[in-house]
Amino acid sequence: MKRYDVVTTISYPKTGAMGKTGSWRVFKPIFDKAKCVKCLRCWIFCPEASIRREKDGTISIDYEYCKGCGICANECKVEAITMEREGGKK
Amino acid sequence: MAIKDFPVEECILQGNAACPGCPATMALRMVFKALGKNTVMVVPACCTAVIESLYPHTSFDIPVMNIAFEAAAAGASGVEAALRMQGKKDTTVLAWAGDGGTYDIGIQALSGALERGTNFIYICYNNQIYSNTGIQRSGATPYAAWTTTTVSGKTEFRKEMGDIIQAHHIPYSAQTCVSYPDDLYRKLKKAKSIKGPKYLEIMAPCPPGWRFSMEKTVEMGRMAVETGAWALYECENDVVTFNGKSKLILEKKIERKSIEEWIKYQGRFSHLFKPKKDTKRIQTLEDHIDQLWERYRKCYL
Ligand SMILES: Cc1ncc(C[n+]2csc(CCOP(=O)(O)OP(=O)(O)O)c2C)c(N)n1
Ligand code: SF4
Ligand code: SF4
Ligand code: SF4
Repeated sequence: MKRYDVVTTISYPKTGAMGKTGSWRVFKPIFDKAKCVKCLRCWIFCPEASIRREKDGTISIDYEYCKGCGICANECKVEAITMEREGGKK
Repeated sequence: MAIKDFPVEECILQGNAACPGCPATMALRMVFKALGKNTVMVVPACCTAVIESLYPHTSFDIPVMNIAFEAAAAGASGVEAALRMQGKKDTTVLAWAGDGGTYDIGIQALSGALERGTNFIYICYNNQIYSNTGIQRSGATPYAAWTTTTVSGKTEFRKEMGDIIQAHHIPYSAQTCVSYPDDLYRKLKKAKSIKGPKYLEIMAPCPPGWRFSMEKTVEMGRMAVETGAWALYECENDVVTFNGKSKLILEKKIERKSIEEWIKYQGRFSHLFKPKKDTKRIQTLEDHIDQLWERYRKCYL
């Protein structure tokens, strides 16, 4: 990466600048590919860019950084994503 | 545009400091899909400056200049002049500020840049509060809403920023909402194609600030539009066009939903529902929105 030599404070881009934000999750989105209609609403609305687009037009979820907000599940019109409590159902 | 045709490139990196369900990162992802990487951003004090994360790292894969709370548009004017002097004509300059930094403290710098004809895009992401400093009222906070500085509900109505912007007669201004990616994307693309000052405002429902559960950010934006609390429109060379559901509301092709459909999900309005329903203040809110739309109809229909 190009570094700059100037007299001011510069930060450089880094994925995970605040660590693995996946550890913030209380609920985890679970994807059911069989139900997915490839509308990509979950992808465009995920605030974390943690929904990946797959070659077959469906999606997968990047759990390393997904903060578990549940927007993907809420916006999926066919319930192909559901939220489950981390560490199994209780 | 179909969602599948949105560019896949991301400028907001994962693992940033935004709250779960944040409307600012959601909107920024869409904004950069429309503007592309050849963009320089100016960010004053606001949540976005926090979302950038901690030195020596940043979660923005794009050049960003941080500047004082009141100075977004002034900073952007300087960046635009510097790029112009370097002959970099195709780089987009984007000032991105909250409603506090726009409606309130930044309005002087903004008005100056618009009046000078600065070639840049100014975006206000409007979460209707000063959220970064712990939810204080702003000029964009609606009537009756709780904030930490309006503990029993705000007693004033929100300011009409769109009208103030239009009084500058700039080539393009628009209101959009994070819940309508196609509307947001199209307006950003249009803004990028026009020379001179462009102003956009994005309705950005904030889960911790408005006290709703974090999976409802998009839903709250949608309800803001469907209840008429927020209008989608654009103003190109002084001609105002309403868009999407707002156009249908304007033309009375659909009726706007009752404001209760929006506020009942937000803890910041819970004092209007318990211990006893405050019908008087709810009606005041409702009447204010009706007046707003009557004025819209008089001016733009
Ligand atoms: C001159 C000055 N006054 C106050 C502050 C403290 N401050 C930093 S951000 C902020 C609120 C920002 O609110 P807004 O622009 O709405 O953005 P948001 O936090 O909602 O994203 C305040 C009051 C400051 N940085 N500078
Ligand atoms: S919103 Fe649902 S149906 Fe649409 S792509 Fe995502 S998982 Fe599939
Ligand atoms: S839960 Fe939230 S952060 Fe995680 S993938 Fe869904 S929308 Fe993205
Ligand atoms: S307070 Fe609201 S706008 Fe600020 S980072 Fe959190 S969700 Fe985003």
